[in-house]
Amino acid sequence: MRYSLPKLLQKIIICNLLLFCFTQAKAQTDIDGLMMEKNFFCVGPTAGYSSWKNYWEGTLKRDNLNMGRVSTTNFMLMGNYGVTKRLNLLFGLPYVKTKASAGNMAGQKGFQDLSLMVKWVPYQKHIYKGDLQTFLIAGYSTPVSNYTADFLPLSIGLHSKNAIMRGMIDYQRNHLFATASYTYIARSNVTIDRYTYYTTEMHYSNEVKMPDASQWNFRAGYRSDVLIAEAVFNKWTTLGGFDIPRNGMPFVSNRMNATSIGINLKYETPVDGLSVVANGSTTVAGRNVGQSSGFNAGVFYIFDFTKKKKAAKKTDTKTENK
Amino acid sequence: MKKIFLAIILTGLIAGATVFNSCSKTIDEQNMNYPMINPTRVDANAGNWKPILLTAANEFPVATPIATTSPDYIIQLNEIKSFQNNITPDEKKLVEYWGAGAVLRWNEIMRELVALHNLPPYQNADGTYPIPSANNPLAYPTFPFANPPYAARAYAYLSAAQYDACISAYFYKQQFNRAAPFTVDATIQTLLPKSTLPSYPSEDAVVMGASVELLKLLFPGDQDYINQRAEEHKRARLIAGANVRSDLDAGEALGKAVAAKFITRARGDRAGAAVGNPTIWAKLKSDCIARGETPWISQELPERPPMLPVFGAVKTWLFDSLTMVTAIRPGPPPSTSSQKFKDETEEIYQITKKLTREQLRIADFWADGLRTYTPPGHWNYIAATDFAQQNFSEARWARNMALLNMAIMDAGVVCWDTKNFYYGPRPMQVDPRIKTGIGLPNFPGYISGHSTFSGAAATVLGYILPSRAQAYDDMAKEASVSRMYGAIHFRTDCEVGLTTGNKVGAYSVARGHIDGAE
Repeated sequence: MRYSLPKLLQKIIICNLLLFCFTQAKAQTDIDGLMMEKNFFCVGPTAGYSSWKNYWEGTLKRDNLNMGRVSTTNFMLMGNYGVTKRLNLLFGLPYVKTKASAGNMAGQKGFQDLSLMVKWVPYQKHIYKGDLQTFLIAGYSTPVSNYTADFLPLSIGLHSKNAIMRGMIDYQRNHLFATASYTYIARSNVTIDRYTYYTTEMHYSNEVKMPDASQWNFRAGYRSDVLIAEAVFNKWTTLGGFDIPRNGMPFVSNRMNATSIGINLKYETPVDGLSVVANGSTTVAGRNVGQSSGFNAGVFYIFDFTKKKKAAKKTDTKTENK
Repeated sequence: MKKIFLAIILTGLIAGATVFNSCSKTIDEQNMNYPMINPTRVDANAGNWKPILLTAANEFPVATPIATTSPDYIIQLNEIKSFQNNITPDEKKLVEYWGAGAVLRWNEIMRELVALHNLPPYQNADGTYPIPSANNPLAYPTFPFANPPYAARAYAYLSAAQYDACISAYFYKQQFNRAAPFTVDATIQTLLPKSTLPSYPSEDAVVMGASVELLKLLFPGDQDYINQRAEEHKRARLIAGANVRSDLDAGEALGKAVAAKFITRARGDRAGAAVGNPTIWAKLKSDCIARGETPWISQELPERPPMLPVFGAVKTWLFDSLTMVTAIRPGPPPSTSSQKFKDETEEIYQITKKLTREQLRIADFWADGLRTYTPPGHWNYIAATDFAQQNFSEARWARNMALLNMAIMDAGVVCWDTKNFYYGPRPMQVDPRIKTGIGLPNFPGYISGHSTFSGAAATVLGYILPSRAQAYDDMAKEASVSRMYGAIHFRTDCEVGLTTGNKVGAYSVARGHIDGAE
């Protein structure tokens, strides 16, 4: 047990939505330093709301009376299965709904992108009276509905297929911890409903070349058996793309950058296996994105598929992974 | 077992990610695949076709060319040879790009400039809107705001000038009958299909010269880019061995002379006053109220004046203003207090409630809104793509694009005249439950611009390529109904727009019958 995190924490997961579109990029579970135990399956729904009134047109911050406040509501089902304590499989499927409080643009809704992730701990060590863990995370996301990406900022997503590669390091000493990660997101080209479009030049194709993106994520705070409280810093950078022109509309291959800060809270309820999560975040800097602030909340339950569990209902899971 | 499982998953994921990332992101641009011009009919007699503005094909003189045996001509041949000595792959691409046709490529350049400039100005601090100025094109708001009427007029002037320039060049080709450089000197390579036409003055250069002048008038802030493309075009012709320098110089000069006549017309066609003024804007509204109808009101915040409300007074190509008002302008839309109007409003609301993905696709496909080449540009693209498969001569390209774009511009004039004559509202103004999945244009509804442009374009294109007539008609109908799917037009706006456009198109077809090119 020396190198593993407290049992309850291993069971807790927090789930959030990786919503690329005009809200700050957020993702947890696959970006935190927590692992599910072998043969445990954590699953649950989350709901979130975020909105913005101001946005960055290129680097120029402005509002738009013809959109008012643009809001995104999301509902998501997430799951995390422990193949082993050092190898987890994760999935997430969001349903997204957008709305503009003013003007004539119709809000959009639908299932967005299914994401599948593998989270692996190749190396861990007890060092300086704390626990150091390194992670390699690989994932893939793909749209599950034929939503249009060409109606930003109200499109529910960008409709690219993404390959996600992440390196992460986590260190915990007593109840204090810090996590840092870097992610590279390779994005496929997307197809739109028209056969010409203008970026910085005219294109005669319905296919739009999507720039890749990167993400830095730092988080630190308090972890105990029943509570996690952490502050999060996230920086999403699109590696290419172009700026929204003056008084123009956003486009799927814009250079969308966002820096956000936030707080996550996780609480393990007295009911065994049941946890609740809540988080809030706000965008502090950006480019071609809305200055979004929002919150998410979710409930998770952990199912125990260990053999021992089947044999005897009450088991101390600690013994399972020795 | 678990370890094997683990290893398989990881290997698979890493391999998947690698493959994914190394996939080519290169986009196949459709306009880079046009075949090179190689006309089945050379149209050597195009010098006899009926001009649009010129009094005759030889209104502007062209100097007698130097003989192909003269020392100066030999120097020009050697210029080609120096270009051809070590042709790079990029140069070859350039030759092939321009080899698809001068009319085609300069039309494409205009489409690009239209898209670049198709953005409405941002409001002033006091809630009014600044108006772009041709005298100060690079200051914000940059000139022009290339909206659909502006674009329709731009394409028409470009195409009409290209046509007159082209037939003028063909006239002198026959008169001087100077052979192409590859005929004079067999050691000159030809990177393009060999044209049997005399090469002086160059048809490419005459189209380029006319286009450059019109583009500079219409997009005065982009002259650097326009000149750069012109230089590139000339270089392509030299590298190709298709023209000597004097072919190009004579063509360019002739094209510029012809363009000047079109520029004079453009300066006097009343388009400069199309934006109106606060008095005119207020009168359009009060006149409508006086007729007992609900007037159109801008749904933008702050309220934006209607887009070019006096564009209906711009000088047309194919008929006079009396004909327009008496024979083409449609009757009034259903009264805003009628049951039919209520029913049509409800119809649009029901469409938005049950909108399918396919309907949204159609609305998106034809939207041609901000930062696009506009509906007139869309029809230019449709035409160009089909014409490129027809092995037209440069002269026939010019003639067909002129017939198309004169009809499209005149359809725009008729449409804007009708819009501002009746000043009818759009669906979301009278029913706030209605929202659009595209964008809401800022001018009155009746009649639909897309429908009118499309009706005119389909009629002309169906005349030029009869085997495609049904396809064009279907496209026009789809473009028209797309505005109902977008929830920004009533059914009557679309249906009357389409038939009105067809009527305008028929005038262009009538011109086609008598221009000598059939």
